[in-house]
Amino acid sequence: MQPIRGRDRLSALRVGLASSWEWDLQRKGVREGLEKPGFEGLRTLQAQRLLSHPPQSLHLVAPVWNGGTRGISGLSRVVAPKGNQKKGRSLLQFLADRFYDVEALRDHLLRKRVSKVHQKNRPFNHINQRYGPYVAGAYFILKQGGAVRFQGREWSRPNQRGHFSLDFLKLQAVPVEAVDASGCAINYQGLDSLLALKELQSLWLQRCPHVDDWCLSRLHPLASSLQELSLAGCPRVSERGLACLHHLWNLRRLDISDLPAVSSPGLTRILVEEMLPSCEVLGADWAQDLKLGPEEQPRDTAGPTPA
Amino acid sequence: MSEIKKKIRSILPGGDWNPLYDTSYLPPESSDVVIVGGGVLGLSVAYWLKKLEKPRGAIRVLVVERDHTYSRASTVLSVGGIRQQFSVPENVQLSIFSIDFLRNINEYLAVADDPPLDIQFNPSGYLLLASEKGAAIMENNVKVQRQEGAKVCLMSPEQLRNKFPWINTEGVALASYGMEHEGWFDPWCLLQGLRRKVQSMGVLFCRGEVTRFVSSSNLMKTASGEEVNLKRIHEVHVKIDQSLEYQPVECAIVINAAGAWSGQVAELAGIGKGPPGTLQGTKLPVELRKRYVYLWHCPQGPGLETPFVIDPSGTYFRREGLGHNYLGGCSPTEEEEPDPGNLEVDHDFFQDRVWPPLAQRVPAFETLKVRSAWAGYYDYNTFDQNGVVGPHPLVINMYFATGFSGHGLQQAPAVGRAVAEMVLEGHFQTINLSSFLFSRFYSGEKVQEHNII
Repeated sequence: MQPIRGRDRLSALRVGLASSWEWDLQRKGVREGLEKPGFEGLRTLQAQRLLSHPPQSLHLVAPVWNGGTRGISGLSRVVAPKGNQKKGRSLLQFLADRFYDVEALRDHLLRKRVSKVHQKNRPFNHINQRYGPYVAGAYFILKQGGAVRFQGREWSRPNQRGHFSLDFLKLQAVPVEAVDASGCAINYQGLDSLLALKELQSLWLQRCPHVDDWCLSRLHPLASSLQELSLAGCPRVSERGLACLHHLWNLRRLDISDLPAVSSPGLTRILVEEMLPSCEVLGADWAQDLKLGPEEQPRDTAGPTPA
Repeated sequence: MSEIKKKIRSILPGGDWNPLYDTSYLPPESSDVVIVGGGVLGLSVAYWLKKLEKPRGAIRVLVVERDHTYSRASTVLSVGGIRQQFSVPENVQLSIFSIDFLRNINEYLAVADDPPLDIQFNPSGYLLLASEKGAAIMENNVKVQRQEGAKVCLMSPEQLRNKFPWINTEGVALASYGMEHEGWFDPWCLLQGLRRKVQSMGVLFCRGEVTRFVSSSNLMKTASGEEVNLKRIHEVHVKIDQSLEYQPVECAIVINAAGAWSGQVAELAGIGKGPPGTLQGTKLPVELRKRYVYLWHCPQGPGLETPFVIDPSGTYFRREGLGHNYLGGCSPTEEEEPDPGNLEVDHDFFQDRVWPPLAQRVPAFETLKVRSAWAGYYDYNTFDQNGVVGPHPLVINMYFATGFSGHGLQQAPAVGRAVAEMVLEGHFQTINLSSFLFSRFYSGEKVQEHNII
């Protein structure tokens, strides 16, 4: 809670008081209004900031609530572009525009969400030291809600509540053959635990919300063993990440269907099939792109075209 | 009725009504730090200054950029590659931090209510080829890179043919391939992301050109009794675009991030005005060099797995998009340096110098068709083609962040942080760039990079 809150609201009601602007602007790191004396100096500088912005919603000074008239407080809140403002803006965002405390709360909630994902992907070093990389990797996956299959055994999954038996702790020397991390919040850091599983043959990363191109570029240590990879439904994987799957020369089955971030699914599937000749690629139908319209043919000029 | 409403709204606070004259385009009369140049390096320094300052809002930063469309800026005309395969350890460290920055760009440059950035990073890696002569140097370089933590693997011609069957390995003795953290991205997106974030942090922008520095001199004696003339810049004269008007901005620190034009800005500050061979007479050896980039189409060309290939002859190319388009070029030798007066493209250069080595290395490229081309500037450091970072020994409040000769974009986040640390703390804290200081031009210690393209 800021001790100056009350003073802010009261003084903002009074037009033209340099002190209110001082608190307002200082709070957000904008201080040039103090240099030029008086009210007019403030306005020129505010205008300067407005003009120097690109026409996006740059949130420089949060409008201070003043009982309803937006005139005083709508300072640097430039015209809201259509892309950013959804029609049903949530109450939290509405309040965050007007109150510093709500804005701090919103930022705190966002940071907590990000740190929750980081926490889920932390490495279990003590388990790794005690039981070995296979057990540590299996524990990591089971904790995230995925399923693991050790060599020569059945799938181990956590139950509805997320609990799983710790029988696998004695399987220190048994390699993990298959991992089903579908829907898990595994990210770039979390792949550390997976990459230690040197004999992994089958990896399913369907619908993982944080798996992106950077994660795919990390999969090359599994090249000698990985035979099956599924990336269906991952919202952040694009064709740029798929390009680095060519390290996985042992891959026999690749599922790249339903990737929303890929710009041309049919063409991508053809290119991936060319890149991995001995792999069966499940993806979008190549005819799908043809229905959208004929591809632009390159102009047949007799030499380099001028820029 | 709406006219009256508009007028009333402009008169009330928040509107831009000014009864006398509109001075919104002028920079403020004083600013703690003035950054000359609003490219990726200048914005990176501004970002890190604002991020590392204590307390929040302590420093006023002004970025002066004369071309708000960035039509000649090296940043946006760049091919956008990032690699860790350098021979100087500091360069490798800078790239490693920069790639971490790019991976977590949405944590660093998040602005509330704005969509997340997508820099379109292609993690395809760099493939550097070496002939017999360069094989030993390449092995040494890879050792240095691995020590710093880069993931690079060495390949023999046999392995190269297996992995990339479209390469003709004749004349190649060794190849080094970056497996992770290398590739290319969209520099415009990084620039806009930095700009947006930096404006939300309170950095001021001015569309103008720096025409004069007003400085004061201080004659001092060193410990050995030698007389030194230390200068301190007090004012920066910013001339407004397309006008004769200028605004003197009082400043405490000036950061020269003007890219290819840094040499001219340094001359304005009096750097290099003195008898040659002395520290006063040492100029900033950064000049404009024009480089061409060509975009061609080759339907039989290499596929999706194509990395950023650099031939021993200096020719390079990379894949662009999914439609069998490729970007590439070559650095000309000293004798054939084109005139940097304009950004016109020389297509004969492609025919004579770029196409033959390309076609020799990748036989499929014999049947390519050039689709378009453009030219951009390198902020070329004629001394040793590596960056200049840190304060000038005589003009004590001018800091440099320039001279990276073609790899400025990929090192910008790390260099910005280093300069901000130098400004705020007085020494480098995370990456030690003391070998990149200005004084090496006087003492003659070159930091030669063997892998410059």
